Amino acid sequence: MKRFRRHGQESQRDRLKQELFQFNKTVEHGFPHQPSALSYSPSLQLLAIGTRSGAIKLYGAPGVEFMGLHDENAAVTQVHFLPHQVELVTLLDDNSLHMWTLKAHKGLSELLEIGRFTLTGPPGALPSVTRVTAVLAHSSGELLLLGTEGGHVFIVEVPGFRELEERNISLDQVASSVPDDYIGRRNLEHVEALQENPLNPNQVVIGYGRGLMVIWDMEKQCAIQHIPATQQLESVWWTEDAGYILSSHSDGSYCRWMVGVEDLNEEEEKSDIPYGHFPCKAISKIVQLPTEDGPPFLLFSGGMPRASYGDRHCITVIHGKTHVALDFTSRIIDFFVIRSGLQHTGDPSALVVLVEEELVVIDLQTDGWPVIQTPYLVPLHSSAITCSHHVSAIPIKLWERVIAAGDLQKTHYSKKPWPITGGRSLAPDPPQRDLLLTGHEDGTVRFWDASGVCLYPMYKLSTAGVFHTDADPNDNMNQGSEGEWPPFRKVGCFDPYSDDPRLGVQKIHLCKYSGYLTVAGTAGQILVLELNDEAADQIVEAKVVDLLQGQEGFRWKGHTRLDVREEPVQFPPGFQPFALVQCQPPAVVTALTLHSEWKLVAFGTSHGFGLYDYQQKSNILVKCTLNPSDQLAMEGPLSRVKSIKKSLRQSFRRIRRSRVSLRKHHVNNAAKLQEANARLEAELAEMELAPVQRKIEARSSDDSFTGLVRTLYFADTFLTDSSHNTPSLWAGTNGGCVFAYMLRLPPVEHRADEQVTAQPAKEIQLMHRAPVVGIVVLDGHGAPLPEPLEVAHDLARSPDMQGSHHLLVISEEQFKVFTLPKVSAKMKLKLTAVDGSRVRRVGVSWFGSSKSEEYGESGLVVLTNQGDVHVVSLPSVKMQVQYPCIRREDVSGIASCVFTKHGQGFYLISPSEFERFSLSTRFVVEPRCLVELPLQPGSAKRRIHSDGGSSTLRSTRLDSEDAEVLQEIQKSLEGDQTSFLENNVKNAVA
Amino acid sequence: MNKNHRVPSNRSLSAVEVKSKFGAEFRRFSLDRSKPGRFDEFYGLLQHVHRIPNVELLVGYADVHGDLLPINNDDNYHKAISTASPLLRLFLQRKEEADYSTFGTDSLTRKKNTVLSAVLLRPDAARKKAPVIISLPRDFRPVSSIIDVDILPETHRRVRLYKHGQEKPLGFYIRDGSSVRVTPQGLEKVPGIFISRMVPGGLAESTGLLAVNDEVLEVNGIEVVGKSLDQVTDMMIANSHNLIITVKPANQRNNVVRSGGGGGGGGTASGSSGRSSDSGASYYGCSSQGGVGAAASMPTHIIQNFPVGDLDSDEDDEDLVIDARGEAEPIRRASSNYSMPSLPRYEPHLNLRAAASSTSALSINANGTLPASGSSGSLSNTNATLSTPSPDRATERRSLEEDGTVITL
Repeated sequence: MKRFRRHGQESQRDRLKQELFQFNKTVEHGFPHQPSALSYSPSLQLLAIGTRSGAIKLYGAPGVEFMGLHDENAAVTQVHFLPHQVELVTLLDDNSLHMWTLKAHKGLSELLEIGRFTLTGPPGALPSVTRVTAVLAHSSGELLLLGTEGGHVFIVEVPGFRELEERNISLDQVASSVPDDYIGRRNLEHVEALQENPLNPNQVVIGYGRGLMVIWDMEKQCAIQHIPATQQLESVWWTEDAGYILSSHSDGSYCRWMVGVEDLNEEEEKSDIPYGHFPCKAISKIVQLPTEDGPPFLLFSGGMPRASYGDRHCITVIHGKTHVALDFTSRIIDFFVIRSGLQHTGDPSALVVLVEEELVVIDLQTDGWPVIQTPYLVPLHSSAITCSHHVSAIPIKLWERVIAAGDLQKTHYSKKPWPITGGRSLAPDPPQRDLLLTGHEDGTVRFWDASGVCLYPMYKLSTAGVFHTDADPNDNMNQGSEGEWPPFRKVGCFDPYSDDPRLGVQKIHLCKYSGYLTVAGTAGQILVLELNDEAADQIVEAKVVDLLQGQEGFRWKGHTRLDVREEPVQFPPGFQPFALVQCQPPAVVTALTLHSEWKLVAFGTSHGFGLYDYQQKSNILVKCTLNPSDQLAMEGPLSRVKSIKKSLRQSFRRIRRSRVSLRKHHVNNAAKLQEANARLEAELAEMELAPVQRKIEARSSDDSFTGLVRTLYFADTFLTDSSHNTPSLWAGTNGGCVFAYMLRLPPVEHRADEQVTAQPAKEIQLMHRAPVVGIVVLDGHGAPLPEPLEVAHDLARSPDMQGSHHLLVISEEQFKVFTLPKVSAKMKLKLTAVDGSRVRRVGVSWFGSSKSEEYGESGLVVLTNQGDVHVVSLPSVKMQVQYPCIRREDVSGIASCVFTKHGQGFYLISPSEFERFSLSTRFVVEPRCLVELPLQPGSAKRRIHSDGGSSTLRSTRLDSEDAEVLQEIQKSLEGDQTSFLENNVKNAVA
Repeated sequence: MNKNHRVPSNRSLSAVEVKSKFGAEFRRFSLDRSKPGRFDEFYGLLQHVHRIPNVELLVGYADVHGDLLPINNDDNYHKAISTASPLLRLFLQRKEEADYSTFGTDSLTRKKNTVLSAVLLRPDAARKKAPVIISLPRDFRPVSSIIDVDILPETHRRVRLYKHGQEKPLGFYIRDGSSVRVTPQGLEKVPGIFISRMVPGGLAESTGLLAVNDEVLEVNGIEVVGKSLDQVTDMMIANSHNLIITVKPANQRNNVVRSGGGGGGGGTASGSSGRSSDSGASYYGCSSQGGVGAAASMPTHIIQNFPVGDLDSDEDDEDLVIDARGEAEPIRRASSNYSMPSLPRYEPHLNLRAAASSTSALSINANGTLPASGSSGSLSNTNATLSTPSPDRATERRSLEEDGTVITL
């Protein structure tokens, strides 16, 4: 057939395909999985996060974001911006350093890796000699100081990564100058911290793990001062006036040392264990920042009493009399403070804390230090995501009402604008308002503004209030009581603990025109909600629907139904439930759809499906799809897991038992016993070593879960005769069965009192018995029928009711078009039989041509179990394009995928991140932003000098000439010894 | 003829009108229905009335469904007499010229043009029909076959398993493994898919064509190279109604050995367990006797590639649609799997042979463990078309439709 097709047509179609389809992964929404490093550039106002998977992400003003990925599959352990530059350096846990830059190209910035570097020690040296433990990006922007596990500090010129061997600070150089009384001059251990003198870039403090700190003059290559702390060092901070050094230690103490005083014992001005008396955990980082008029801010992480609060993740903020221990729900990675003022040297304005599961920003300028809502990096997984639903092109009215409802929930947030403002977003305004709804394990539904690059939280709906749960609703509110010490304050919204797994949301359907929402959950509950701008007391009337229809011999072994509150419950403005259906058995709801024009909700579980009239609050139809021999379907999700475990355990027991019984029988026959034992051993070995094998068997009607309802669909079409269209309900099961019901709706004026009826009309058993994952009716033009109310709102062309309609049944294995009303097969596309992949997710999308504004066509977007996305044309069901999208091992990613109506999609790349992709040439949402280096007086000066680094050093040297004279005297005293050692080290390193 | 068939006979019901055809000649006579006598006598009578006393005959009759069935013993002779209403139509052939393939269900009617009956689908009639049991190999439903022997390397084997809604499970497991390929650079280990286990009593085991550790190379014409175990599993399951697996047998001793142009290849492959190879060898032996030129005159031996499209047995027709409000259960097309499970649907098609679209398939019969001697002997004797039932939709449908009560004779 192909042979006879004219060549011209083919190439024309190919060209059209290029105009219509184009695959791009555009942006990652949410919070990076397993963050491991944090950095901030005050000059660029950009935040950088490194992750354990080797990704580096930069964020500035909302919409400004960059992402890079290291080729090495190693965790990012440190990130440092080069001061006043657009470069940043990352350190991976394979000890490699990487240089990244933001390069402007065609008016847009790109994050590019421009260099990599690994310290090489002398041949034969231990790897620890060059294992980098501390990095200091020198303020000159041209030097990098690398402290290593061996205790050396290597100096490298950037961005070219040129080693400046002659300037290295070797451990021997330092150790030789350590006073003898410093704990017997034991090993100083690794370099824990490197800090630059804020006023004199020539001086750095080197903190060694043992506790010793050495102030080093880089110009003169000598130690200026020793600070002999005796506790294991955790971090060092040089105060802004350069007068003090703060050190924090592993015993939960911190010390303040005065700089420039020679008498070592007098230097320790203050030592404190803030949460002392009993042993405390380490203070991992300490920061002190001055305020213009008032006491300084002191911030440190950790230091909690080990026994009572050792499991807390805290950052303590002390400002004058105010002392708060911010209590986070996950491990603290790092934090920094943003300072106000043009040069970012003013009062601290915001504390930015990266914890393992979220980013928390605290407004330090408003009383009570409220949290600032983050416009990005939102923890999508504050409760685990259980499902998602995308609605494109939301009408402005609904949009505004949802925002209004959401604003009422955000009153506890700071009113301050987002403090990280670097870069400019040049992305065009999103063409339409899109809503992404995520269902969560704790029974909440979160509404996200998915129109643009930032996935912004709009509103949160909780369904738990309808039910009695074990948890005390005020549980989360009990903040620390008066006078509690430490003065804890809970911050952050990551809360992975669900009160009751039955509350989990499994299916969501929102009608964007009417504002009706239906939400279905794990325990067979289906809620119908409507948007109400006022708070209201509602009694939610529950209707129990028996899906087994009196089938005998079944006993549900899973969880029980949720208890419904019988008293009126107050619901805040927003979506408020007014009807509830509870399936019996209370199995997880597997399919859900809502028709707002007909005011019907259809729902399905593994046992059958039902149709509910939410206007009259009555159930219209129940159909049991359960195969009488399918006992597995009666086990709850939990008991099934248990039963697998149980069966494994039993099989092992059986073997053991048989071995025991064999012993009993053949006690007198040693040979036989041995033989039996050997056989059993072999059996066991086979059980362990048996290769993975797959059974090849045709599907049969007796398979388990054939009755599970996979898809439900409402259509106004020609179900029984070709001249009259009627409302209809379609259901597809796991066993390859499609049921069609003809619905009879009373006229509008009698809708409230006359019954809606449903009559069975058709039943199709697909021969190949693969699960039916989608049903679509195509109109006379071959276009999918519009959504309910879409035509009424003038947003879609009314469907062609003249031509003949077609039914498209999408199973996991093939796409099949049937005529209506006769239901005879017309066309099909086989997928599994040809390439072995199976349909996992499917959606209908509209693709517009990039070349001509008018042209566009509908297509099926399909995600297979191999992780490929396909576009299949309609109505001809021909494969158009195919792109690899998700790794096939990433089962949860594939299962989480949702498609939009305009050829985009989302899937989870981690529990907390959505990857957004686009198949359309016309609808692409991706970050487009520009970051430019602000022209600062300081940086401008540096730019002018050709050999900027050294000249700056020279100029500042003049300021501290007095100190230098002193140092020079000291150096001359130690002179011979030092230079001797210096030579030694050089030889060793070379 | 049709009229005759329809109009009740005015003669006495005890007499059976016989119309016997030998070559172009007809003889008419009658027999007493109540006293038909023995087959020997009847045979003699036929030789007598046709005046061919020394000719060995093969006797066939048309039964009520229009099938050409043999008469060769007392039982089927009596059956023929008792079911004849009113006319018993006999077809005599010289034994040495006999075409056994003409026998079987629907064989007669198919020869004729049945445009009329094609229009009238009457599944009810088909249901009434008792399954006719004839001990000819082709009357068994094939469960497996080796195909494409001519185009595959000798080390490979393409096996077709017919699931066809029967109860017997396909019954095998596959696993990941590695196989060794010869490349210009030397031997290379590559991942492959292998048969790991056979279910006793399953279809795969009963055919004897697949064995543990056979490497799976293709599934329904699609190579499995680069596909994961799960993908291959899904492909096989998706094709399970008509599964064609190309394997590289672990045991290479029983391969079908193709004989050259003149060589009598009959004896080349004689493996001890070579059920398939024996019959295959004899088959090719036959064709080679005719030489190259004979191929044209003997269409049965034109060996064709099995086109992939045809392998794709179209299960479209087998989706079951029930009009639930329906008065009846109109079954679309040939959804025979559901409606008529007992009907033996897989018959050889004469017209297929005529169209020279016969395949190089070797049928192994439904009794599964077919002894090599029996099948190969009979197959080579009959010199018949070894066409596998084509999944071709049109012919299959026609075969069903012809089961209607209206027979054009």
